[in-house]
Amino acid sequence: MSDGKSILVDTSRCTGCRGCQVACKQWNGLAAEQTTQRGTYQNPPDFSHQTYKLVRFAEGKREGSREPYWYFFSDMCRHCVNPPCMVASENNEIVQDEETGAVIYTEATKNIDFEMARGSCPYNVPRQNPETKVVSKCTMCFDRIKSGMKPACVLACPTALDFGEREDILKLAEERVAELKKVYPKAKAIDAEDVRVIFIVTDDPKKYHEFAEA
Amino acid sequence: MTNHWIDLQHSDVVLIQGSNAAENHPISFKWVMKALQKGGKLIHVDPRFTRTSSKAHVYAPIRSGTDIAFIGGMIKYIIENKKYFEDYVLNYTNAGFIVGEKYSFKDGLFSGYDPKTRRYDKSTWVLEKDEKGIPKQDKTLKHPRCVLNVMYEHYKRYDLDTVSSITGTPKDKLLEVYELYSSTGVKDKAGTVMYALGQTQSTIGVQKIRSLCILQLLLGNIGICGGGVNALRGEPNVQGSTDHAILYHYLPGYLPVPRSNRQTVEQYMDAATPKTSDPRSANWWGNTPKYVVSLLKSWFGDAAKPENGFGYSWLPKCDVHQNCDVLHMIDDMYKGKIKGYFCIGQNPCGSLPNSNKVRAAMTKLEWMVHVNIFDNESASFWKGPGLDPKKVKTECFLLPATANIEKDGSQATSGRWMQWLHKAIPNPGDCLSTGAIVTMLMHKLQAMYKKDGGAMPDGILNMRMDYLTADGKEFDALKVAKRINGEFERDTTIGDKSYKKGQQVPGFGLLQVDGSTSSGNWLCCGSFTADGQNLMDRRGKEDPTGLGLYPNWSFAWPVNRRIVYNRASVDQNGNPYNPARPLLQWKDGKWVGDVADGPWPPMGQEGGKLPYIMKPDGVASFFGPGPGDGPFPEHYEPLEGPLKQNLLSKQHNSPIITIFKSDMDKIATADPKYPLVLTTYSATEHWCSGGITRWQSWLNEAMPQVYIEISEELAQERGYKNGEWVTIKSARGQLDAVAMVTPRIRPFTIDGKTVHLVGMTFNYGWLYPKNAGDTCNILTTFVGDGNAGTPEYKACMVNIAKKA
Repeated sequence: MSDGKSILVDTSRCTGCRGCQVACKQWNGLAAEQTTQRGTYQNPPDFSHQTYKLVRFAEGKREGSREPYWYFFSDMCRHCVNPPCMVASENNEIVQDEETGAVIYTEATKNIDFEMARGSCPYNVPRQNPETKVVSKCTMCFDRIKSGMKPACVLACPTALDFGEREDILKLAEERVAELKKVYPKAKAIDAEDVRVIFIVTDDPKKYHEFAEA
Repeated sequence: MTNHWIDLQHSDVVLIQGSNAAENHPISFKWVMKALQKGGKLIHVDPRFTRTSSKAHVYAPIRSGTDIAFIGGMIKYIIENKKYFEDYVLNYTNAGFIVGEKYSFKDGLFSGYDPKTRRYDKSTWVLEKDEKGIPKQDKTLKHPRCVLNVMYEHYKRYDLDTVSSITGTPKDKLLEVYELYSSTGVKDKAGTVMYALGQTQSTIGVQKIRSLCILQLLLGNIGICGGGVNALRGEPNVQGSTDHAILYHYLPGYLPVPRSNRQTVEQYMDAATPKTSDPRSANWWGNTPKYVVSLLKSWFGDAAKPENGFGYSWLPKCDVHQNCDVLHMIDDMYKGKIKGYFCIGQNPCGSLPNSNKVRAAMTKLEWMVHVNIFDNESASFWKGPGLDPKKVKTECFLLPATANIEKDGSQATSGRWMQWLHKAIPNPGDCLSTGAIVTMLMHKLQAMYKKDGGAMPDGILNMRMDYLTADGKEFDALKVAKRINGEFERDTTIGDKSYKKGQQVPGFGLLQVDGSTSSGNWLCCGSFTADGQNLMDRRGKEDPTGLGLYPNWSFAWPVNRRIVYNRASVDQNGNPYNPARPLLQWKDGKWVGDVADGPWPPMGQEGGKLPYIMKPDGVASFFGPGPGDGPFPEHYEPLEGPLKQNLLSKQHNSPIITIFKSDMDKIATADPKYPLVLTTYSATEHWCSGGITRWQSWLNEAMPQVYIEISEELAQERGYKNGEWVTIKSARGQLDAVAMVTPRIRPFTIDGKTVHLVGMTFNYGWLYPKNAGDTCNILTTFVGDGNAGTPEYKACMVNIAKKA
């Protein structure tokens, strides 16, 4: 297998505009959920079988300061290099594309043990359609990247997302983290060795999202 | 914008004040983030900590509406600490010019104020001139009445304590911003100002922007790469509609609106044409008569002749001081003075302030025609909250229009790029473009006038309206574009070149005063070439300067100049102040780089012209006269605010604003019943009143219902929980919203007391979706800027209670 593809999500450059979230729904033909205003910008509240890409909003006050922070975490499947969720796949219900490394949930996931798939995912990504029982998540826009196009979220993003060969993205991540570390000592690329969708953060990953890091 | 979007990447310090660019202009952040990646710094000054603030190096909270106090303090700081860019200030501004002896400023009022008319006589706001009529100047800046010293005297009162007390910005934050931003006042640094409705939506909006101009001129930041005073316009084609005079007070190309004291075209042109005696001033507006005659020719064609003043007398004229802005229009409507109303592509019942008054005004109409791509709260006002459709006498029509992707035409970006767009899909159903609707309506009107006659027939009957396609079914945008560019109206020879009747005029330098040319907007002349090339349609990606000017992409008015006043980016000899970003350079007898602001040599050479070619004195003005509320910006409080008394003077509000006095215009300043400052805005996910975006399920999913952002401190004090519904009341109305309790909003200390600020969007409406809530404009005040009439959406007073 080649090194495949990767996506870089640089949260230090993300403005939380949610262009990625809407672009994902548009390309994948996913219906809107009936939501309500719950006192946050984050909506829908969580991933679902209709929501593969979700910008999570986290806010608070900086330690020992009145200054607020507001972090945006454009959450999605990490497309692990060795996907733990595949433990739930007995008959190729979940497949990994050799060329790109994209982890694809097929229609046949309606036959797998959903709780096992979800429980094995350190990032709490897979979701099940309660009616059809099909399990679904981000496909890395498999149908686009196989035709030489960027994933829909990357194409829509004005500032923070990059897509390319894994070795190039790893190099880019390394450069960005080195640059950011000068100002933010906690800057890092989360689980870069193990995942294809690499998040750069400048603070404790837990402040962004409970399941940001494995 | 003096500059353009891509140019933001060249800034060393980006000051965003009066804009939430990351949320309301998300693409701008592509370039802002590039600037930051190159080591640039970002300052955000805003009442709320927003998605923009989250990316800023310095965030400074400010009480809504107090920007002049904030910037006035920075002007004082820059002059006092000599942080200004001296070469620029001495040579390219009126800093050294001498202010006339009769000018004065006392107790918050400039000389010449008449409290009865609420207007200024500007005759004392003048500069002293020598016997030739050229302004006197003292380049040593020692004269006590030189502009820089008079300006310093004006802003001396804006000390840190006073500014902090008015704005609520902590003193250390003020200093941090002042120090960082004024670091750009050197020749090789650029600072850009990005602003939007946070500045304009105020009773002192025009002067707020003037204060930003003064700041940028002091620091030598106008006309340079990475600098500028940059108004962020947006998706609604605000730039294009302003260029083509969608506002009442001017004609296309920023020519003044005719008023009743100018009855002949000569009188009008004489009053509209500035004069100069200084041979070094290009005084470009001296060409005004050519643009006026060409505009009249574009409207009236052969009927416009020298002997009838080119049809000037057929134009409707405003009375001398008549104000026809949208607030005066709605007020007249409410008083029953307006019978019929064409409302095209707008949602005034959601987007204008004091919605209850606007909605009541609509019921006084005999008829309303609404043209839009979706139904909205204005088209359907007659079935709105509290109205019985049976009792509304207004006859309403809703004409379905095509959306932008369903028609050809140009859209102008903030950077003045006129970009041609091609129709992508056919008209749905029986929808027509607004151009076709207006043209067909005019044809009908002309036929009726021909048959039956009517009031003021000449302007209607002589108006050229040959703008439909050959089959008569749609609007011919290309034909209009050619006429906006301008055409020769007869075979003409200029110099050694001959042009045929109907050929496009190559540039506004060739427009004529004798009626041989037409041009629907002189600024656009050159966008359509004589050999039929539509330059707006260009998509060339060549970048010869390496500065991202992309001269072969679309057409930027004027004359494809990408950064205006660019001759202020070079020194007296034509060498760039900043050699690392050489926007322009005088080399071997010509300008190299951007399209220069005129062909003349640099100042230091024979025949050199001053860089501010649109100003009669050739230099930029710190000292007006300019706007009607003063030669310098002065801080006044919003019409409705938390303070009883302006902390800077006895003059509490702007002295020139119209105070509307209907029974629905209640104001509650410093009233304990309404102790909270409300500021209003838009979210990323919805656009304006939501008239389009609320029909998009993915956007409603992300931002489903009306909310009010409040501080944790206020929530604790009042016992509000995050996510619960509350009722918000002002002196004018009330609505319910979900409380969003957040550390991103915090209390201010104003005049020693705690003042809470809350914020809402105007993105919602009662029509759709059903449970989404209504517009925050139910709460806002019906008052506008003294010069431009822009409503003061950004500041009013409210109270909150738990929902009953």
